[in-house]
Amino acid sequence: MELLKFENVAVKYGAIEAIRNVSFTVKKGEIVTLIGANGAGKTTTLRAISGLVRPSQGKILHNGTDITGLPAHQIVRRRISQSPEGRGIFLNLTVEENLDLGAWTAPDPKTLNQDLEMVFGLFPRLKERRKQNAGTLSGGEQQMLAMGRALMAHPDLLLLDEPSLGLAPQIIQKIFEIIQTINKQGVTVLLVEQNALQALQIAHQGVILETGSVAGSGPARELLKSDQVRKAYLGE
Amino acid sequence: MTELIQHLINGLSLGSIYALIALGYTMVFGILQLINFAHGDVYMLGAFIGMYFARVTGAAENPSVFNLLATLLVAMVGCALAGFLIERFAYRPLRRAPRINVLITAVGVSLFLEFAGQLGFGSDPKFFPQVYQPTVDWSMGDIKINPLQVIVFAISIVLMAGLQFLIFKTRTGRAMRAASFNHDLASLMGIPTDRVISLTFMAGSALAGAAGVLVGMIYPKIEPLMGVMPGLKAFVSAVLGGIGNITGAVVGAITLGLAEEFLVGYWAPTFRDALAFGLLILILLFKPTGLFGVHKSEKV
Repeated sequence: MELLKFENVAVKYGAIEAIRNVSFTVKKGEIVTLIGANGAGKTTTLRAISGLVRPSQGKILHNGTDITGLPAHQIVRRRISQSPEGRGIFLNLTVEENLDLGAWTAPDPKTLNQDLEMVFGLFPRLKERRKQNAGTLSGGEQQMLAMGRALMAHPDLLLLDEPSLGLAPQIIQKIFEIIQTINKQGVTVLLVEQNALQALQIAHQGVILETGSVAGSGPARELLKSDQVRKAYLGE
Repeated sequence: MTELIQHLINGLSLGSIYALIALGYTMVFGILQLINFAHGDVYMLGAFIGMYFARVTGAAENPSVFNLLATLLVAMVGCALAGFLIERFAYRPLRRAPRINVLITAVGVSLFLEFAGQLGFGSDPKFFPQVYQPTVDWSMGDIKINPLQVIVFAISIVLMAGLQFLIFKTRTGRAMRAASFNHDLASLMGIPTDRVISLTFMAGSALAGAAGVLVGMIYPKIEPLMGVMPGLKAFVSAVLGGIGNITGAVVGAITLGLAEEFLVGYWAPTFRDALAFGLLILILLFKPTGLFGVHKSEKV
């Protein structure tokens, strides 16, 4: 079943076209990774889904419903939540307040404590630091907080923007394992990564973006073997 | 000693009024990074709304605590509405525009309110009806305590405590703090940021409206340009405390109120207004973040 579908989407910032003619689908239950170099349009693609930018052309369908141009706060209500790039967390609030904000759209406030425990189960470090100001966390902990907060919204579709950016290799490993755990619990994941090798290793499908358009897509395993990907992204 | 205490009382009552106005400046700045120069004029609107309400309902003829509170409430609601309209029609269309455009618009809205006020209310000073007349005398020996000053101070404290509760203990308050950190991020949580910004304007404007009525009680002469100077001084208070910081605005305002009162009492009455602006220059030179402000550092 198609959970998310891009049909010829274009986004412009002023006169500059950040992405054009982008089409791909995300099937329910999968991890789909969007890979590409800096400036290829990966983040713009995510911003178009989450409603932070409005596409100038094309359609975005979620469960068959057109969600193109819906404001961001309504997208979350459709159970699409995002862990933004650069670990966008509220540095002025505590860990727990950040997580509470993630549950802003949660249908039932009674599950709040249960959800907190679920997040703390995945990221025990956050539990130790729950009363601490988010600004005092390390980079890896901030990333965990951003992901945990996105989970508080009970997402069907989780958008992850560069979760490995600037983190040490062991922590990246850990983060990627947790992404797989989350996925196995039934959450569809759209993972934006520059770290193509690791992303393709855990993903079911891959989409390659180059200067704003789709340069290739297919099952992740096949992309890992293809010459195009090996040359451009895996440095061979 | 008597004189000192007298100045202290006057300074606190003046400072608490600056604080009510300064809070609106600092809240709007916190969420939009905008110095809302029209804010002092909203305070003026509050005084006029209170005056017309008192006249129309006859509250002026029957001074009572109830009438004071009713006048206060009506002025606050009226100003909240004014704040909502200002944000909706003057600032929201410029949400994605460069900051300087919004700032110039704020000056424009301020001038609009001042001159629309002169047109609508007349430019001559009006008498603010005494909706409450204290019958008790709390003076102690030579120290004159106007019960109105005490009431004004008490009401200010209650309103500020209410605001503190709103911002730090409620869901709406959490949304305000989230939006003031980053609008996009807040909307990714599902927070309707436009509505939160509206609410922030309404809360700040309501406090300014309350200040308008309270000032009318103590200095019953009101006119359409009355908001200019208190507005600027409240702005200085907010900067002194660290603009964007709620506690800072209150501390800055009380400090300025006391400083003005002592300056006037002990040294040079004619320098009253110069003090605030001298202070502003000094803060900007030596501690631009104010007493409670912090540099925003960004972690990458």
